[in-house]
Amino acid sequence: MGADTVTKPATRTTAQARRAIPPLLLHLGAAIIALVLVVALTLATDPFTNLRIATVGYYVLALAGLAVLTGMGGQISLGHGAFLFIGAYTVGLLVIHAPSLPIWADLIAAAVAGGIAGLLTGAAAARLHGPYLAGATLALAVGLPAITQRFPDFLGGSNGLSFTVNSEPAGLAVPSTRWQAWLVWLTVLIALVLLANIARGRLGRRMRSVRDDEVAASLAGIHVGRTKIVAFLISAACGGLAGGLQAFLLGTAAPGSFTPALSLSLLAALVLGGIGSLWGALWGALALVYFQAWAEDVSDALQLPTPVANNLPLALYGVILIVITFVAPHGIQGGLRRLGALAHRTRGGNR
Amino acid sequence: MTNAEQPLLSVAGVTVRFGGLVALSDVSLEVAPRTVVGVIGPNGAGKTTLFNVVCGFVRPKQGTLSWRGTTLRNHRPDQLANLGIARTLQGLGLFAGLSVLHNVMAGADRTAKSGLAASVLGSRGAARGERDLRAKAMTALATLGIADTAHRYPGELPYGVQKRAALARALAAEPELLLLDEPASGLSEQDMAELVTHLRTLREDMAIMLVEHHVDLVMRVCDRVVVLNFGEVIAEGDPAKVRNDPLVTEAYLGDPARERDSA
Repeated sequence: MGADTVTKPATRTTAQARRAIPPLLLHLGAAIIALVLVVALTLATDPFTNLRIATVGYYVLALAGLAVLTGMGGQISLGHGAFLFIGAYTVGLLVIHAPSLPIWADLIAAAVAGGIAGLLTGAAAARLHGPYLAGATLALAVGLPAITQRFPDFLGGSNGLSFTVNSEPAGLAVPSTRWQAWLVWLTVLIALVLLANIARGRLGRRMRSVRDDEVAASLAGIHVGRTKIVAFLISAACGGLAGGLQAFLLGTAAPGSFTPALSLSLLAALVLGGIGSLWGALWGALALVYFQAWAEDVSDALQLPTPVANNLPLALYGVILIVITFVAPHGIQGGLRRLGALAHRTRGGNR
Repeated sequence: MTNAEQPLLSVAGVTVRFGGLVALSDVSLEVAPRTVVGVIGPNGAGKTTLFNVVCGFVRPKQGTLSWRGTTLRNHRPDQLANLGIARTLQGLGLFAGLSVLHNVMAGADRTAKSGLAASVLGSRGAARGERDLRAKAMTALATLGIADTAHRYPGELPYGVQKRAALARALAAEPELLLLDEPASGLSEQDMAELVTHLRTLREDMAIMLVEHHVDLVMRVCDRVVVLNFGEVIAEGDPAKVRNDPLVTEAYLGDPARERDSA
């Protein structure tokens, strides 16, 4: 997962030994361990916490997709919520209009729909840089959810779509939130395995090359435009799948869940977690779900007047974001890495 | 194998205008296999523009380019590597977020045997492909004597080493023609001496075309020298001939400031 990790001489031999193993095996192994951990966590916690664990899951995927686009590919997106919107509505519409389809088919369709939208956006965005790209993607986040008003009969207007997903296999006697958390994390981990493969392999290196120097990348034989579009495609497919998982989890798809604020907080969470690696997506998702929850608890406990209490969580979240960006400019993952390097050096010095 | 008579690259009657400014005017030259061609000229003479035309960054108003006898039409820079042309940049253009090893592996990317789909699946083939690329990259780094920097990042290294890393990245593409944009600029005397040795070794496997301010280096390593001034070829031939050309002396070599630079 940490293709960006600085390889220290001491760890080089283990890294080289690992390289002979196909990345798929390595990442599948890690994913299985992660799934076991998630299952264990859900078994030990109440339904409410299970729901939160599942929520962290789809945010991890959305952020990991954004990490591919922004961290690896160097393209900024202020409109990633639009891809989640597309995924959520794809699942919603399929559950309502094609109830016989299994949930996994709905989720694949959500990823495909997100991917197609990403392909189109990427093709349009390939020539845009910096603020122009940011503006264009922001427009997508602002404009797209508005189409629900245009087709209220089909897309449910501002109330959105409500539906019930019956995905749990008959005979599996576990609470539904627990099953949902398992399914979300299974899907997320499969996607993360592919993303980790990308990060470690040729495609990831191509994206980073384009991010760092487009001229030099093209001279190395890398098609800059195509590489950027592929980054958008992958990232948006992850967004679509994440949105699909959200719809599966909540049983709704409503425009109110996909405001530009969602897109901005996704990017903020990724910066907080660490933009350069997939681990950053995990820290970012945890922050997104738990910092906000914690900030809400704090403002509830203070028994403040409603207008203040409503806005305090966001303000606290902002303060945390600012503090972490100051303390660890490369996000939580960057900070952890620096701590790891420090510990390593101290150990080396004692020897 | 290439017929020794047929040039690898030929530039015929190339003219480039930027607005009213004529950057290149009816420039023709040829690069034969396993020769070193140097392009010199004062600042603004059109040297880098010539490279940019060859690389497809700049489209000429007139004239043609051909590679192994085939005319290149509207070629893009990223197609060049697959033709067998690699180029270093004046500003190095190293990928700051990649280790030196991965920089050079990116250069070797066009030689990769496993596809991009395999890299997404992380298959055994992809692992083998990466191992091959890594081996090629390490060979290129070792050739230039900087294998020990493989796991460092460009920003941590002295300029001379970064310059070698950029050269290694170009070499990793296994080019038939290597375009070097000011390979000697910013190098110490010792680095420069080593560069001369490397260029002489590389010449046994590939053709090299270089743009350079450092006249002394050009005279030492080049088989042919082309002198540009105000976008025109004012002299061409072997180093001795060019050195004694009065037009060249006037336009370039005779400039006392230049002589001080190259001393």
